[in-house]
Amino acid sequence: MRKLLRIATSGAAVVLATAMLLSGCSSGGTPNATSGSTRAQPPKASMPSSLGAGEGQLNLVAWAGYAEDGSNDKSVDWVHPFEAQTGCQVHTTYGSTSDDMVQLMRTGQYDGVSASGDATLRLIYGGDVAPVNTKLVPNYTTISSFLKNGSWNSVNGQAYGIPHGWGANLLMYTPSAVSPAPTSWSAVFTDSGAYKGKVTAYDSPIYIADAALYLKATQPALGITDPYSLTAKQLAAAVTLLKAQSANVGEYWSDFTKEVQAFESGTSVVGTTWQVIANLINSDAKVKVETVVPKEGVTGWSDTWMVSTKAKHPNCMYEWMNYITSAKVNAQVAEWFGEAPAQTLACAETTDPTFCTTYHATDAAYAAKIYYWTTPTTQCVDGKGDNCTSYSDWVNAWQQIRG
Amino acid sequence: MPLLWLVVMYLGSIAVMLVSAFWTVNDFTGEVEQTFTLDNIARLFTDPLFATVALRTILVAFGVTVIDAVIAIPMALFMSKVASPRARLALLVAVTTPLWASYLVKAYAWRILVAPNGPISFVTGGHTPGYGLTATVITLAYLWLPYMIIPVYAGFDRVSNSLVEASFDLGGSAWRTVRSVVLPLVFPAIAAGSIFTFSLTLGDYIAVGIVGGKTQLLANLIYGQLVTANNQPFAATLSLIPLAAIVLYLFAIRRTGALENV
Repeated sequence: MRKLLRIATSGAAVVLATAMLLSGCSSGGTPNATSGSTRAQPPKASMPSSLGAGEGQLNLVAWAGYAEDGSNDKSVDWVHPFEAQTGCQVHTTYGSTSDDMVQLMRTGQYDGVSASGDATLRLIYGGDVAPVNTKLVPNYTTISSFLKNGSWNSVNGQAYGIPHGWGANLLMYTPSAVSPAPTSWSAVFTDSGAYKGKVTAYDSPIYIADAALYLKATQPALGITDPYSLTAKQLAAAVTLLKAQSANVGEYWSDFTKEVQAFESGTSVVGTTWQVIANLINSDAKVKVETVVPKEGVTGWSDTWMVSTKAKHPNCMYEWMNYITSAKVNAQVAEWFGEAPAQTLACAETTDPTFCTTYHATDAAYAAKIYYWTTPTTQCVDGKGDNCTSYSDWVNAWQQIRG
Repeated sequence: MPLLWLVVMYLGSIAVMLVSAFWTVNDFTGEVEQTFTLDNIARLFTDPLFATVALRTILVAFGVTVIDAVIAIPMALFMSKVASPRARLALLVAVTTPLWASYLVKAYAWRILVAPNGPISFVTGGHTPGYGLTATVITLAYLWLPYMIIPVYAGFDRVSNSLVEASFDLGGSAWRTVRSVVLPLVFPAIAAGSIFTFSLTLGDYIAVGIVGGKTQLLANLIYGQLVTANNQPFAATLSLIPLAAIVLYLFAIRRTGALENV
């Protein structure tokens, strides 16, 4: 054993020496391209001007529920009809978080992704996704106009994907434990002490935007205009608020099954949620929950199908983007997932005729009130300057909050 | 040949990781920039967050190791010296069977057990640790227990019965025999087991995510920097902490002489 240790020690010395050598000798690095009045131009990537025949295969990265093939529920299947129609065999990998999806797309093994707004810019500027020729996606014309050319899915007027659907991060509570019914995010921030240990929050740096949105309404002196464009001072204020909240949080949730279980077991009684989670809890009927759009407004997500720059099956991906945004399929996905469909014509195809009204699908005014997840960058996403905090600052801040 | 494998595959990959700890990442594109900087190391020492979490993680690792040792020593002693051959076999099977079940299944089982309205709460009339640090220590101690019991059992098994009998013949009590004859002989085995429990705990981030409530350990920070922030260089810097901890632990064990004649 002593001999082994000696070998290990000398091995460690070799490692250290190599480490010093390599890090000393390395050079280079990419230039930091972030300045100017319009958005910085992402790495160049080509887009097709016409489509060829399908390649027979399609590898997707998607949110759970976006590419159902009947394995969860026999009646919920839009992948098999697509395969029959186009001859493209679909292989889906589910991403559990936006960060996970960015990581998967960086491998270059996938043709496309259903990216949320907190992933899209990272993918665009990382050179992982290509601009999309919307002319090759006929269904794009009837997609809700307020979803086109958003700051999260286009750069300088060039579309980088096809909008899929959107929704809001709502406040959910168990009425039997939380009364009176909350109407403000203060229930999980300044007044969260009332439910000490039973508050929940989304376990992601992007949740800082929820705190920023609350501060925007309650502390106008901070001068927050957009929850994703925070200066260092504004970020610090949000961190203070979230640290105070942390004392009352029982559990953070990142995957939705954890929140479903936490509410059903009474571990959590109030916190941020998605409509689909509330639907799941209420359909299990162990506890009853309510959701509300608090008066300060809400953050939300808007998902976009994007094509990888390294796609081996781009034609199948374009076929998929057109298929998933066709009226009938988009309606199916939206109802299964519990979000507003991007396709305006989908509203006529939902099994529940009031579905689009419930989700305010074509209500541009409602959609405008949602602050969609966007990747924070040093060049402020609201275009107000270059002194904003970046996503990595947010990650560090989030680790500080978790403590 | 095995030495080549050790140097190239194992130490080589650690070397690459150590190198990248001195690199940085472009804020905007997320690309790693291969320029030498000590910023990451400086940050490790200046931000109190990392010291707090590192200390917490090491205390959890010690806690888990101590709990496992306290359970494993009498258990292994009973298995090797007291139990009949048939009972010994049954106990060995019982100890190793949990290894057949998935890590996740066992962690989720504890999540259900310690839930506020779960079985433990039901039996004790509401006294459950709930989700948090205590539940994390319990779960990890449970998960790594076989890794402590097996080497300790093997250690006891190698202690010749004649030594025990000699101690009795010379008038040693049962307790004195265990303390002065058996334990010194099995100490290397306990040390070996503790290396497993200690190092496995240092690297765990899944169990704490399931039963830890809002607690985060070192591996959660590393995972967050690597996957969430896509800051591979800083993740590498952070992973120097558990690396240093385990190296120090090995040296401490070596000083006790436990590694002399294994």
